[in-house]
Amino acid sequence: MKALRIAAAALLIIAAIGAIGAKYFAPSGYAHQFRETPDASPSGQHPLGTDELGRDRFARLLYGMRVSLLLAPLAAAVATALAAFLGGIAGYFGGWIERCLMVVVDLFLCIPWLFLLITVRAVLPLNISPEASVVVTFTLLGLLGWAASARVICAGTRDMMKSEFVWLARASGFSGLKLLRLHLLPNLKPTLLAQFWISIPVFIIAEANLGVLGLGVSEPLPSLGSLLRELQQMVTLRPEPWQFVPLLVLILVVSSFQTLLNKHEVRV
Amino acid sequence: MKRLRRLQFLFALALIFSTTALPAQNGGELRFCLSGEPKTLNPLAVQDNQSETVAYLTSGVLVRVNRITQKAQPELATEWKVLDGGKRIRFKLREGAHYSDGTPFSSADVAYTMQKLMDPALHSAVGDAFRSSEGKVSTRIVSPTVIEIIFPAPVANLVNLFDTVAMVSSASPLKEMAALGPFYIAEHKSGSYILLKRNPYYWKKDSNGRQLPYLDAVRLEIEQNRELEALRFRRGEIHLINIVSPAIYDKFSAQDRGLVRDAGPSADTEQLWFNQAPTAAIPAYKLAWFTSTNFRRAVSEAINRDDLARVVFRGHARAAIGIISPANRFWFNDKLKPHPYDTASALRRLQQDGFHLDNGVLRDKGGNPVEFSIITNAGNPARESMATMIQEDLKKIGIKVNIATLDFPTIIDRITQKFNYEACLLGGVNGDLDPNSQMNIWLSSAENHQWNPSQKAPATAWEAEIDTLMRAQASSGDEHKRKQAWDRVQEIAWEQEPFIYLVNKDALVAVASNVKNAQPSALRPQTFWNVEELALK
Repeated sequence: MKALRIAAAALLIIAAIGAIGAKYFAPSGYAHQFRETPDASPSGQHPLGTDELGRDRFARLLYGMRVSLLLAPLAAAVATALAAFLGGIAGYFGGWIERCLMVVVDLFLCIPWLFLLITVRAVLPLNISPEASVVVTFTLLGLLGWAASARVICAGTRDMMKSEFVWLARASGFSGLKLLRLHLLPNLKPTLLAQFWISIPVFIIAEANLGVLGLGVSEPLPSLGSLLRELQQMVTLRPEPWQFVPLLVLILVVSSFQTLLNKHEVRV
Repeated sequence: MKRLRRLQFLFALALIFSTTALPAQNGGELRFCLSGEPKTLNPLAVQDNQSETVAYLTSGVLVRVNRITQKAQPELATEWKVLDGGKRIRFKLREGAHYSDGTPFSSADVAYTMQKLMDPALHSAVGDAFRSSEGKVSTRIVSPTVIEIIFPAPVANLVNLFDTVAMVSSASPLKEMAALGPFYIAEHKSGSYILLKRNPYYWKKDSNGRQLPYLDAVRLEIEQNRELEALRFRRGEIHLINIVSPAIYDKFSAQDRGLVRDAGPSADTEQLWFNQAPTAAIPAYKLAWFTSTNFRRAVSEAINRDDLARVVFRGHARAAIGIISPANRFWFNDKLKPHPYDTASALRRLQQDGFHLDNGVLRDKGGNPVEFSIITNAGNPARESMATMIQEDLKKIGIKVNIATLDFPTIIDRITQKFNYEACLLGGVNGDLDPNSQMNIWLSSAENHQWNPSQKAPATAWEAEIDTLMRAQASSGDEHKRKQAWDRVQEIAWEQEPFIYLVNKDALVAVASNVKNAQPSALRPQTFWNVEELALK
């Protein structure tokens, strides 16, 4: 298991280096259209060939990873922070506050995410740059994706509030904030981290779903999701294995996150 | 004796060859897909493509526009005469025609059909085409086989309009479900399929006197996914695909060149336009750009249409010229040529309006950077690719384009109700060869005058001129005068470019190798316009 975790970590590091150094590894850039060679096979100039508009697939993969690997953790951080705040309040106070907040959580869990995202995306300003669109997309994912984590954190906080060390701390006159800082947050840390790690692949896949619908990151900026759109044309797919590389990368990245996550889950 | 045997052998051989050379065999079930459930089975109330397909296969019409020659040819009417400059038309009907339940067809049915069609409660798009002015459409039955239809004012393109008017029965207990066409609806399983069976009373015979249609049945499978439709075609589950994407065309073509056919440029268009509505929720300086002819022409010249056709449509499209596609032989103004791709000329035009380049960024005379968004419908890869290529092209003249792909209902809401968009890339479907059907787009007062709809008075002199020309052609029965008016409208549209026409896609179709007598056309319905002559090997 340790070797697997090392391999997963190494893979994520390689992916991160590739994404960060995209400018150096793929100098042609993700937007340049080599219009004379659309749908080209792999070559020295284009290691993964070109897409239907003649854009270098390798460059788009590296920049797409940058978008997905940098912003999915940010969205996960936003979602985990929201979940910690609302789930923590619900677990700490209990009673009608917990019931009300859990109704809100249930409501968020019932809402069909995809349709909500499509609706929210439709009412956003049209004149936003691709860079802004990607931030907006992942922020939306973060703002809407906290509910499941909040339920877990609420349960964890509630259990902790019933624990003997918290009773002792309260009996010793610890105030709410001091209790939070010294006892609750340190003990909730593994749960929060686990929720953070779980959210990252969830958001990468959610963006991929939006990308497949053409509603995620704006052109010409790529994301792992928008790169998967090529695979939609299953009938027209030629036997070109390099077209599956973004899918393979997505699977490897998500699996690596899950492999690393297992360690955190064990700790919890 | 030996010689006699040889003669007998030769005779038998000749007989075999003559039998195999027959145009078609009777029988078989033709299968193809509808992209959704038909909204209505009433042939007079059709609005959507699916209903139109069912109506085409089951209805009898007075005249039919031949999709190859583009000329009207007799169907249930053997003769016709346009009278009073297009205010009246007299039809002589075919004798002995019967509906699918055996009810005879006569002038009373034509009169009944026109009465139903023009009933405002039906909201028939087909009926709207006949509403040239206020007043009632009346009919006069001269005899059981002769009828006159009288209109309050001349109707443009009068004869060809009857290509879409399904003759419904006044006497049959089945009413509009009684079919006069080659097939009748035998089964309908909602969301799954519609089974059409051969109309035993169909009047048409082939040149050898054989009863048409050759087919026993047509099964219309409801399949929303175009990729699955292609997969089913490849598996041999369906025989025809009316519209094939360029990618699928190339794939099938590589496997078997005979499976797909490029029927040439279609009548459909793909266009970009800027929002010029004065009430639009966009800054005044941007509205000033969009209402400037120089700005629109510059954008047009900076778009490489040949690249769009070659890259996005894999060569199965041509640079568009204007309102009317070159596929429409009579109405197309062949003096016009596509706008050239010329970034230097585009920049010169922009300079005339005070635009200037500043470190690669185009700025207007107020110093505002030129940046706008293009909306298009999500899930249409060709349009998304075109928008991305236009984005790249306009970057070369310092214009920044942001692309927003939205779901279709949101786009329609924005372009027809809220007007909160800057530029839009969509396509136009032209089912009717006569451009008179585009009145609802080109009249400045029209709701579908997309760049600036429902104007109380024409906002510009050129729109006023188009209004005048449109009204003149609509009330004229003289085709040559109408053609002159339309030529001028095409010139104005070419000069002003309220719509920046991008490409005319080719009509790409797929026809299974066991389908005989198929003559795909660029006009709808591309593969089965001669369904009564289609046969299966």
